[in-house]
Amino acid sequence: MSITDTEGGRGSALFPFLWKTVKLLATVALTFLGLLIVTFLIGRVVPVDPVLAVVGDRASKSVYDKAFIELGLDRPLYEQFWLYLTKILTGDLGTSMLTKRDIVDDIARFFPATVELATVGILIGTLIGVPVGVWAAVRKGKLVDQVVRVLGLVGYSAPIFWLGLLGLLVFYARLQWVGGPGRIDIGFEYSITQNTGLLLIDSAMQGEWAAFRNIFGHIILPASLLGYYSMAYISRMTRSFMLNELEQEYIVTARVKGVPEWRIIWVHALRNAAVPLVTVVALSYANLLEGSVLTETVFAWPGLGQYLTNSLQNADMNAVLGCTLVIGAIFVGLNLISDLLYGLLDPRVRRRA
Amino acid sequence: MTVASRREWLLSDRPESRRQARLGQIYRTWLSFKTNWLAMIGLGIVLLLCVVAVFADVIAPYDPVIGGDLRTERFLPPFTGDHLLGTDDLARDIFSRIVHGARLTLMVVALVAVIATPIGLLVGTTSGYFGGWVDTVLMRVTDIFLAFPRLILALAFVAALGPGIENAIIAIAITSWPPYARLARAETLTIRDSDYINAARLQGASSARILWGHITPLCLSSVIIRVTLDMAGIILTAAGLGFLGLGAQPPQPEWGAMIASGRRFIIDFWWVATVPGIAIFVVSLGFNLLGDGLRDVLDPKAHGNTDTAKARP
Repeated sequence: MSITDTEGGRGSALFPFLWKTVKLLATVALTFLGLLIVTFLIGRVVPVDPVLAVVGDRASKSVYDKAFIELGLDRPLYEQFWLYLTKILTGDLGTSMLTKRDIVDDIARFFPATVELATVGILIGTLIGVPVGVWAAVRKGKLVDQVVRVLGLVGYSAPIFWLGLLGLLVFYARLQWVGGPGRIDIGFEYSITQNTGLLLIDSAMQGEWAAFRNIFGHIILPASLLGYYSMAYISRMTRSFMLNELEQEYIVTARVKGVPEWRIIWVHALRNAAVPLVTVVALSYANLLEGSVLTETVFAWPGLGQYLTNSLQNADMNAVLGCTLVIGAIFVGLNLISDLLYGLLDPRVRRRA
Repeated sequence: MTVASRREWLLSDRPESRRQARLGQIYRTWLSFKTNWLAMIGLGIVLLLCVVAVFADVIAPYDPVIGGDLRTERFLPPFTGDHLLGTDDLARDIFSRIVHGARLTLMVVALVAVIATPIGLLVGTTSGYFGGWVDTVLMRVTDIFLAFPRLILALAFVAALGPGIENAIIAIAITSWPPYARLARAETLTIRDSDYINAARLQGASSARILWGHITPLCLSSVIIRVTLDMAGIILTAAGLGFLGLGAQPPQPEWGAMIASGRRFIIDFWWVATVPGIAIFVVSLGFNLLGDGLRDVLDPKAHGNTDTAKARP
């Protein structure tokens, strides 16, 4: 799915960028179809009998057979897949056996919490990771560089759920600096109305500053944790992109012209390093969604990750596959956005089409 | 043969046999690997893991599954009596559980590597060698697997197969092969038109023979580096599955599951959940250091720009 493919089609002379986009969208559609096939096939290997899950194990033979036919299980596999496909495309992911609600509704209800957590996380990761990476590149081989390297290694090696537990132990139970598990204390829960579902924004817009502080206290620890993991990745990549830029001849030219060093680093080099960084940040954001599954479990954060874990532990396959599909789709979407942005930001990629 | 002459034999400029040349090459790699002390620490940790896993029965002072007296020996803090790392909620010796857990960890890592690497190599080399529609189809499939977040896909597979460490291993292996396939394909593309491949083809070698005998060996070193770098991720995924109750089942002493069971008591008895986490951390750090070191030695192309090959945390 790389935009750097150089082959074009017949229309490529006229609308290179447009053509590229169409091709990219076709690839994405194909990938999405693949995701559907995978989730469909996983659904087919489940040892849980889907009919029993609907009618219960005390149902009579005739009720069982009726449900069997209603679920379309008597038809050939490709027809079943077609049924599955049309249902998904009309926005029907089925009903959760655990909550007895439509899975689409459930996901819509839990999703904002995850978005809020991941967004604060990626903000922390980017705002710290990029400057730190630049700093490490400028002072390559010095102490700062080594510290960044070690921090990165720790991030690649420590299990996120374990660091989360230690964080709760130290900062919540012992020091009492931050709020505990959950998004908000019970006392504040009904003082704000959820318009966007993003509690920080809701509470700020309604001027409930006490609630805002409470929410902030709850989100800061899990978000910093996720932020740390993306920071480890972003700073390493920033460092290597910056080292790449600082070797280029235009940097020498700028130095010869007498451009001040801070301007060379933060304006000349960073602007060029920022183009591939966009991809890195988008990928990190997608990875945060993945990391949030474990983090939300530790912090009792009522988001998509916790919903997925609960469904998993109760063998609620519809919900599991629905979540897998949604998270997979977001993953593909973020990849697409980063590819498109890459094309927009880097004139060389645009022209090569 | 004395040490000095053996060294000379290994470093000889004119090796007299294929074996001498190969051993000399390995020795040279080892010499440059040895200078990287971080990588040596990594190697030490990995070797320690292997030793502990093999001799777990000898090293562990207590049974990993059967606990002591539930009235007097629950939640003993570290360094009480002969319980080096304390005991857990069922009065089991944590040190013995960690030692036996090394076995499970090593098993997961080894089996995933043994299952995923050949799949990746097969898909990648076939795709790169034949090109055309074979390439398109295989790479499309690979892309679909890459498009899924790995942990989520593994979760979905385990949900379908049922919890348990064997299924966790299968699920992780299914989600691990795509990057290896990509890498093997890229390597194959660079060598498939070389003269020696054409020569083999002219001699009438079959495609299978060329793929297996002439292309796969050349892809191996870069794939092995990538696998070593992925080991830490595999350990973390397995621990995550265990933590969620989908990997190893109690009373198996799997480190992730141990953290999950110690989680309820973390505020009063911190060591029960903390100690297994340290074990996971140290072992994945070891694999990361070893992988970085191997890459520096075996893959001169990536030298100097060691960050870009690492795709995800």
